[in-house]
Amino acid sequence: MMLDGNAIGGLLLDIFATEMTSAEATCAACGAVSPVAETTVYLRGPGTVVRCRTCASILIVVTTVHGRNCVDLSGLQALHAKAASD
Amino acid sequence: MAGTAVRGRLSWQVATVASVTDETDSVRTIALDLPDWPGHHAGQHLDVRLTAEDGYSAERSYSIASADGESVAITVERLADGEVSPYLTRELRPGDQMEVRGPIGDWFTWGPEDGGPLLLIAGGSGVVPLRAILRRWQRSGSNVPARLLYSSRSLEDVIYRQELDQYRGSAEVRYTLTRRQPAGWNGFAGRVDDAMLARIAWPASERPLAFICGPTPFVEAVAELLVARHYHGSRVKTERFGGA
Repeated sequence: MMLDGNAIGGLLLDIFATEMTSAEATCAACGAVSPVAETTVYLRGPGTVVRCRTCASILIVVTTVHGRNCVDLSGLQALHAKAASD
Repeated sequence: MAGTAVRGRLSWQVATVASVTDETDSVRTIALDLPDWPGHHAGQHLDVRLTAEDGYSAERSYSIASADGESVAITVERLADGEVSPYLTRELRPGDQMEVRGPIGDWFTWGPEDGGPLLLIAGGSGVVPLRAILRRWQRSGSNVPARLLYSSRSLEDVIYRQELDQYRGSAEVRYTLTRRQPAGWNGFAGRVDDAMLARIAWPASERPLAFICGPTPFVEAVAELLVARHYHGSRVKTERFGGA
């Protein structure tokens, strides 16, 4: 099922403890910068796969096993999120 | 510290169903009592977790159907092969409980400070967050003009029709019916295409802000049409959903 980054807002909040859907993701493969909300997301695989909308490279993979989130961010060159306000 | 929310973290909380309202044959709005809800913005969503007696649990995301300051409601479409939606739209009764976490998302949201002109384009139950945005737009007294183009299979499938029809004279609400049109129908027919957008989309020179929500193929097609009309990518916000 192909969705977008809005669909994993809850998962990313769980991992990063801040809102991530408007954070800017920079693809390590092609350099495209896009809000997380506009990335391509595949749920229901073995794990959640986030891909670049420009070049389709994998940006993020999250697998949840026994209540632990294993997060692979190696496809990202940068991830810029607004600092949480207090 | 059980029961204490850690700041910045999302906690699951127990929601009690306050009421259910059938919107169409397959779509139901569920109003929720959430005593610890921190408030939300129009366009945000929440996650629902249902757990069976044997411990099996399923999570789904649903757009919040209400605007800022209103109590939380979700609108759910029943999918024939769905695992969760048949339960939510058929079995659930007032007083039943489920787990909820949210609000979630700060991209597909609108507040008066975001301006416009606003172009909202919905496919099917993609109208849910756009209804919340339209309510927010109206209640905030925003002076940017707003238009909604809503694609539905038939007039009977239009969700919130009574409410949306009341915008006549303020927001411009137009329907396109893709499968069946009633006799004498003078609205749009067929899928959203460039000819339709030529009549309803604000010119790119006005720097419109577009929100598109619907099934993935619908959103991709409409977003492409808007970019071809020179809408700026960062002013075309999209949210895709798929069934389950």
